[in-house]
Amino acid sequence: MSGFNPTSTLEERARVALNDEFLRNAVKYTTEKLRTNKKSATDELGNWEDWRDRGRMIRLHTIAHLDYYLSLFVENVRKAGGYVHFAKDTKEAVDITMKIMEAKKAKSVVKSKSMVSEEVHINHALEENDIEVVETDLGEYIIQLAGETPSHIIIPAIHKNKQQVADLFSAEAGETLPPVTKTLAGFARSKLREKFLEADIGMTGCNFAIAESGSMVLFSNEGNARMVSTVPKTQITFMGMERIIPSFEDLEVMASLLPRAATGQKLTVYMSAINGPKRSEDSDGPEEMHIIILDNGRSQQLGDPEFQEVLNCIRCGACLNACPVYRHVGGHTYGWVYSGPIGAVLTPVLNLDNREQWGEVANASTLCGACHEACPVKIPLHDMLVYIRRRNVEEGIVKKAEQLGMKGFQIVASNHRLFRSVLRFGKVAQLPLVKNGMISSKLGPLKAWNSFRHAPALAPQSFRDSWSELDQELKQTKNELPADIKQRMEEIVAKRGKQR
Amino acid sequence: MKVSLFITCLSDAIYPRVGQAMARLLHHYGIELHFPEVQTCCGQPAFNSGYWDTARESARTIIDAFEDSDFVIAPSGSCVSMIHHHYETLFVDEPIYLKKAKDLIAKSYEFTQFLVKVLGITDLGAHFPHKVTYHPSCHGTRLLGVKDEPYQLLEKVEGLEFVPLPYAEDCCGFGGTFAVKLSDISGAMVTEKAEHVLETQAEVLVGLDMGCLMNIGGRLQHAGKPIRVMHLAELLYEGVSKQS
Ligand code: SF4
Repeated sequence: MSGFNPTSTLEERARVALNDEFLRNAVKYTTEKLRTNKKSATDELGNWEDWRDRGRMIRLHTIAHLDYYLSLFVENVRKAGGYVHFAKDTKEAVDITMKIMEAKKAKSVVKSKSMVSEEVHINHALEENDIEVVETDLGEYIIQLAGETPSHIIIPAIHKNKQQVADLFSAEAGETLPPVTKTLAGFARSKLREKFLEADIGMTGCNFAIAESGSMVLFSNEGNARMVSTVPKTQITFMGMERIIPSFEDLEVMASLLPRAATGQKLTVYMSAINGPKRSEDSDGPEEMHIIILDNGRSQQLGDPEFQEVLNCIRCGACLNACPVYRHVGGHTYGWVYSGPIGAVLTPVLNLDNREQWGEVANASTLCGACHEACPVKIPLHDMLVYIRRRNVEEGIVKKAEQLGMKGFQIVASNHRLFRSVLRFGKVAQLPLVKNGMISSKLGPLKAWNSFRHAPALAPQSFRDSWSELDQELKQTKNELPADIKQRMEEIVAKRGKQR
Repeated sequence: MKVSLFITCLSDAIYPRVGQAMARLLHHYGIELHFPEVQTCCGQPAFNSGYWDTARESARTIIDAFEDSDFVIAPSGSCVSMIHHHYETLFVDEPIYLKKAKDLIAKSYEFTQFLVKVLGITDLGAHFPHKVTYHPSCHGTRLLGVKDEPYQLLEKVEGLEFVPLPYAEDCCGFGGTFAVKLSDISGAMVTEKAEHVLETQAEVLVGLDMGCLMNIGGRLQHAGKPIRVMHLAELLYEGVSKQS
């Protein structure tokens, strides 16, 4: 199965992606389109920064009082006749699901997109128990046919082009389908319609869970989520424990932020709020409704000043679309369920027992800050990546060569005399390698850099060695600091003094 | 008024001409730069890699170097943003250095920020008759907020034809140790960035951070493309000195 290969390293996975021209073109094309759409949608809304601040405040407040809002939500779901289950980890979530399957003697499940169910690997568990499971959202359906995992939080098949989709669907249809969106979508629709009617269980995720009413809110563009949550007799919803918001008023803000940040849509095409199972006066809806609330490492972030804010994430995918690393390598490089900058944080943070394996995912960033800038709730992902790296160092899960290099750096950089000597030594030692002021050798550690670039040579004279001469020269002539500039500078210094 | 130069390790070791250009430009306005020799590196390579103890010792040299300066200026938005964004975190448990760190934050500026925001200068009277494009480095723009300053300065350079860089705000792929740790990804990123630079058909690529410029310039050289890569301070100095 591609996309989930826990034995490979980040570097190896990246190499696979970088050699896949189809993937790179497809990911680049779509993320660029989404970025442009987002820009026009946020410009059109106006005051985007204020909206972000509001979104952030709502999320900060909710997560700070998560215990309160979560119990309020649960109470209201139960009042409405729904069942709530808490799963501490993925194993518990699978066990709970399987118990429901047994009780309902379920043979088939229709699903609409849910990242938490991916986190739990529920499809795998269902199939092992001979229960048929069908993804009903187009993107998820594509990767299910391909036997892959999602490579984007909201566009799971972002890495596939039309021809690849046509090939997958043709194999399923037993006839050649052309790479035309309409035909392909039509095929999927007719195929999936049968499945809806037969299914014993409908499974969905949850975009927001509203505490004051016990409603689960689903955003979707295809409307399948609505079918999944109304047609089958039993419904199971997976949600991360942090998916809560206090009220419908807060939903209004989120409904403005999420689609705009995600795809540049003003509103999502379908937004359904589901309140408990079908009541006698309802025309449709499931007879039985279960909500499985997953912890899986989330509660450990509560109270951690460095990481609590990661729970504010509303899974819009904007940070993926903005990330220059993601654009080149796509989602599977990150190795686990979540990808892009949010994945680079969540993967090590939610897999605390497996840090040796997942800690390195935090290295998949240049710390350029584009993710933070893109995030509708302003999560400082670029800082969190550094915190994870620091913990990697503290826990000793870094390469020996790097540790040694940093030791050397510490000795040299904490003493300016040594620093100067090293520069002087370096400019002599480099001589055999320098040609035309450049170093192009790929010997040893130079290989990483010089495979793509030429390295500059150290200057014949460092700045510090050239300074006294320059200083002397400049002191020969004296220029007068213009009075207006002098005044500006003095004012700034004075103001600083007052602020202290 | 004591204005001190924080040269940054890359400019010190590889691109001393950038610091020289800054000193000469400011000298023209009657500002005599000081260069305290105890400075080494801001500590960012270690900090970003997670080696905070190492970063702290390096940062200490910077704090000590500029204790009695009124203004500290550096030819790098990235190194200045390291000071602004992370020095308080580094010294949170050391009250004396925390206080000194706060003082340093209040008085440190990236070079163009200092010219435009502090001195109020945008027109240096430079003449540079070339086609120029500009790469806005991520840390300078996103973390430090240096956005308009370089454009304001470039606008006033006589004879300069400015061509915007497509996807300018996308990272060049340098990322310090990232370029070595995940060299294939970094290579793919800088390849794309260099292609965008070439699309502009500019003769000169200018920027505010030698790390990014070393990366993009190194790629352009590797690809055999004769585009001049310079720090904006160098461009301005050349534009001023060729006149007189
Ligand atoms: S971290 Fe921010 S931008 Fe990324 S998915 Fe979450 S909410 Fe969206």
